[in-house]
Amino acid sequence: MKYLKTMVFVSAVLLAATGAMAEKLVIDGSTTVGPIGDAFAEAFKDKCDVTVSKTGSGDGAKSLVAGSCDIAMMSRFMKDKEFKTAVDKGIMPVAHVVAMDGVCSIVHPSNPVKSLTTAQIKDIYKGKITNWKQVGGADMPIVVISRDTSSGTYETFHGLVMKKEKMASHVEYVSSNPQSHARVKSTKGAIAYVGLGFVDREVRALKVDGVAPSRSTIAKGIYPVSRPLYLFTAGYPKLGSPAHLFCTFHLSEEGQEIVEAKGFVPVTDY
Amino acid sequence: MANITADKEKTAAAGFNRPLRLTVTEDLRGFIAVKVGHSLLFLTTFVSVVAVFLIFFFVIKEAIPFLFKGGLSEFWARMSEFSTSLNWYPHNEEHPEFGALTIFVASLYVTVCSLLIAVPVGLLAAIFLSDIAPFGLRQVCKPVIEILAAIPSVAYGVFAVMVVAPWMQNKLGFSTGTNVLNASLILSLMALPTIISVAEDALSAIGREIREASYGLGATRAETMIKVVLPAAHSGIIAAVILGMMRAIGETMVVWMASGQSAQIPSPWWDLSQSVRTMTGTIAQEMGEVAKDTDPYYVLFAIGVVLLIFTFILNMISEFFMSRFKKTVRGH
Repeated sequence: MKYLKTMVFVSAVLLAATGAMAEKLVIDGSTTVGPIGDAFAEAFKDKCDVTVSKTGSGDGAKSLVAGSCDIAMMSRFMKDKEFKTAVDKGIMPVAHVVAMDGVCSIVHPSNPVKSLTTAQIKDIYKGKITNWKQVGGADMPIVVISRDTSSGTYETFHGLVMKKEKMASHVEYVSSNPQSHARVKSTKGAIAYVGLGFVDREVRALKVDGVAPSRSTIAKGIYPVSRPLYLFTAGYPKLGSPAHLFCTFHLSEEGQEIVEAKGFVPVTDY
Repeated sequence: MANITADKEKTAAAGFNRPLRLTVTEDLRGFIAVKVGHSLLFLTTFVSVVAVFLIFFFVIKEAIPFLFKGGLSEFWARMSEFSTSLNWYPHNEEHPEFGALTIFVASLYVTVCSLLIAVPVGLLAAIFLSDIAPFGLRQVCKPVIEILAAIPSVAYGVFAVMVVAPWMQNKLGFSTGTNVLNASLILSLMALPTIISVAEDALSAIGREIREASYGLGATRAETMIKVVLPAAHSGIIAAVILGMMRAIGETMVVWMASGQSAQIPSPWWDLSQSVRTMTGTIAQEMGEVAKDTDPYYVLFAIGVVLLIFTFILNMISEFFMSRFKKTVRGH
């Protein structure tokens, strides 16, 4: 009898151990939120096995509903239709806001233009405004610089400023935030957009609709080109489970640092 | 005397104690060793040949879903959009457009402009090195020029963005520094070593006797060069130009960084201060982040197929002229 007890105990321990080892977290979704997901996964790699794939917000929502991922990263809230299919399948999507994303329009420091409206920025990228004098600046052609169309920064800008309309063909494309910064720094007539983390003294961030971009205006959502970034789970995750730890990691000091390091605005303020 | 040789033969024969007739196993072993050795060598050689076919295979395979989607009418509509439309918006969610004409034209612009710079400079340099430069100078110049070919292209790209672009904006008054002219300048620099060394080889291969025959008829050095040596070496020179052209059309890093990546055809057509987006630049920029197995992904491979066809044709032409040149040098 005692022998049997030991057997049961040993196998229970073994089961628990293998269970803990096999705790896997599958994360899928937006390329914008992807860097945060990757960095969080890196911080979690000792605790459990995290796989992060970046296929886009829509695909993230799809795979959450299909049950092929535990957490969906999304750069927008779920659309009505997505929410409905989820509820029809008996899944209650729960949103966790991990960070705020603000995209700043930057110009050369010597440019006298200090403020633009979203409509003016849109017209610049649509090619309707081609000279700085049309928006109260010097007589100088505008060099329009955009991020590549597959980047998350582009996605934010395209959605919030361009309202999903197409940019003009003379827009130049660069493939990273530092490149946008470098081009604006060396080009007097340039305008570009970067994440808040890339604004420094060598370029000037424009006020948009009269609001200067800063951590507080973006965190509060006053700055027009800002939006929350979400993690979605199917129902609120079980307390203490890896998914729960992952979705609350941004509330820790370490998580806040990661969010800041990736160029986003954290929701906490330690 | 005769004795000694006989002795030697004897000792040599004594040292050779293997039976002349091989046993069946020995015979078989030798046969297998030869076959295995040959096939191993064949395989290692074949790896590179297979690599070329695999590249063609995979690029075309990934392009097929874009090219042959739906029925014949849809195929024609897609092909005509791909090759004639100026609208390149593959990532637009509602109405993606795949007009790659601006991209093909941009590749052409950059290639032709860089050749316009590189060919005259390269040819003159090759003439100087083969016929005019003193031996010592030539020994110094050739290796230095070849270093140009060894500099990694990203270094050229950084130079283009950090040095040439601000210079163009500040000194030439261009509104943007990353443009056709910038990319062409840097590309021509990169094509120079190829053009110079191949053209110089071609000129040097024209024998001394031909030059001397020309001098003997009273021609000056300039006349000899222009009317005798250059025509004789023309196929080698054409091959040099085409090799330089391939370097320019296939180069990625520099055009990606220096050409500005706007999907447009410069207007007016001679305005080289506008930025463009080439085939290689488009593939490099978008491949990294595009979602796999979607139309924007397949269309990049379709561009890759066009690029492969371009370089394949150029390669064929240069092979043709190279072989013709070898024949002329051999004196047929």
